[in-house]
Amino acid sequence: MSQSTNRSSLPNDLPGQPTAEHWATRIGLVLAMAGNAIGLGNFIRFPAQAAQNGGGAFLIPYLVAFVLMGIPLLWVEWAIGRYGGMYGHHSAPGMLDKMGRYRWLKYIGVFGIFTNFGIAAWYCYVESWTLAYAWHSFIGTFQGATAATTRPIPPATFFPIYRGEHEASLFALPREALAFFLVTLIVNVYILSKGVSKGIETTAKIGMPLLFLFAIILVITGLSLEPGHGNVKESPWVGLNFIWQPNLDGLRNPTVWLAAAGQIFFTLSVGIGCVQAYASYVGRSQDIALNASSAGWLNEFAEVILGGSLVIPIATAYLGLEAVRASTGSGSGFALGFFTLPELFNNWGWFAPIAGIMWFGLLFIAALTSSLAMGQPILAFFEDEFGVSRKGASLIFGGVTLGLGFFCVWLLPGGAFDEFDFWTGTFALVVFALAEIFIFGWIFGMNRGWDEITRGADIEVPIVFRYIIQYITPLFILVVFVGAMVKPEDGWGEAFASLGDGRGWPFAADSVIGMVTHKGAARHEWFDPRTGYATRILVQDLTRALLLLVFLACAFLVWLAWRRKGRIKA
Amino acid sequence: MTASAWIMLLCVWGVVLFFSAYFLWRVFTLPQRTDDSQQ
Repeated sequence: MSQSTNRSSLPNDLPGQPTAEHWATRIGLVLAMAGNAIGLGNFIRFPAQAAQNGGGAFLIPYLVAFVLMGIPLLWVEWAIGRYGGMYGHHSAPGMLDKMGRYRWLKYIGVFGIFTNFGIAAWYCYVESWTLAYAWHSFIGTFQGATAATTRPIPPATFFPIYRGEHEASLFALPREALAFFLVTLIVNVYILSKGVSKGIETTAKIGMPLLFLFAIILVITGLSLEPGHGNVKESPWVGLNFIWQPNLDGLRNPTVWLAAAGQIFFTLSVGIGCVQAYASYVGRSQDIALNASSAGWLNEFAEVILGGSLVIPIATAYLGLEAVRASTGSGSGFALGFFTLPELFNNWGWFAPIAGIMWFGLLFIAALTSSLAMGQPILAFFEDEFGVSRKGASLIFGGVTLGLGFFCVWLLPGGAFDEFDFWTGTFALVVFALAEIFIFGWIFGMNRGWDEITRGADIEVPIVFRYIIQYITPLFILVVFVGAMVKPEDGWGEAFASLGDGRGWPFAADSVIGMVTHKGAARHEWFDPRTGYATRILVQDLTRALLLLVFLACAFLVWLAWRRKGRIKA
Repeated sequence: MTASAWIMLLCVWGVVLFFSAYFLWRVFTLPQRTDDSQQ
């Protein structure tokens, strides 16, 4: 590939770069951006999704979605970020405001603040679980666990107690979980307060090599297990075969394609506003095309090669394929990752606590580098638009995340956590991605957009992506969006047949419409008429009201910031 | 592992390894600049 350096299209009304923040090194930027993308989903969600959706055949729509939607979205978000950074905006509202003459553009950018607040609240809580599990692996809580004893305690028994689900109330307050959550937040706030280069970049430079090292050691150890030695029942390669055996029938199933596209969204952390924020600290004529490609493919390495070779092969070796098949049937590898694996490590003798620390350590690093990325756009918003100091903005992030996270922790048994996860981690990012790709290709304009992507590029971006970004990627995201709205309960064929028979469309409980209507809920009252106790419906509706309030508060702050600027100019 | 699983694994791993290694190598070997002021 030849080197292309298109530096001819710089906007001529730039105020310069009023921020002192910047990335110290290019490799630091790529590692931080890869760290943003590499999260818990790479090691826990991906293998289960692959196993559930056709094994090796899942990888075909997955890679198609990566090339037609993932990589174009990455380039677009990097370009939007660097463009906004030229004007001194490092969060989505200011960036999108500069992309056209419409006043409403900045309000689309509200998603880039709201989604980060919403995801950080529950994500930091999950991050704190990995820290707690690493700690309990270290002190030997899980070692030698048996069902007959309370201590050492099996991880599956430990988890609901830790999360406060053992209390016979929807409002139980889990003290240990709250303590680890606080520690996690303090770590995040401290690193963020140190700045982009000294805080985020340094963490990525130390954390990412450690993450890869831990994962490689665990993959090699896991794949080296031999049947007949210790408690090994089956070859771990049977587990690998389970993931990679292609079931080509799956390619004709739209659900498999939607699952693959969903996984790409999830894994690349696009549609959130973090990529734009990181890219806004790149110089105006510096490369984004190569950096974005490098970070994106590094994420794929962590997910497809390391993530796909870790949990399932080890679990298969000790439990057998049928147990693993049953555990991943829902498309989530959470139980395998948090309950099964720490117990299986006990078979590794003296290496067991080290393996536990490595496994939960790598999950903690993966989660930390992602949650830092969620904090950055929020900090930048308060710094840029309200003149708040970096430390002050870090505390605002920590305070709001603590408040929202407390709600998640407190009302988790009532379903608050799942509501946060769905509306912020699944729904909002697709809406934002759809809006931003439309703004980039059709309002900002593809001529300017292409100039932005290719300016300073250290690789030649194939011209076909100009058309993919303008036509194919928006269509792809639109299909994902509509698919998420109306996902049917069983197959799509059955759903259309049901519609044709006049029985209506059978919405799945986890479709957007199914969620809105509380489909599948046993009762729809806020209070149980017999006992008078609050129901899950009340908790779910309260959570939705809270999320709506957070969104409106973010929109109000955007309005206030621009009103303030208008007054200063006048 | 069956032959078809091996073929899928080798093809996908090959693609992922090639592109991740190639782009990372390019990043390492090009100037480590991210800021216009460092030009």
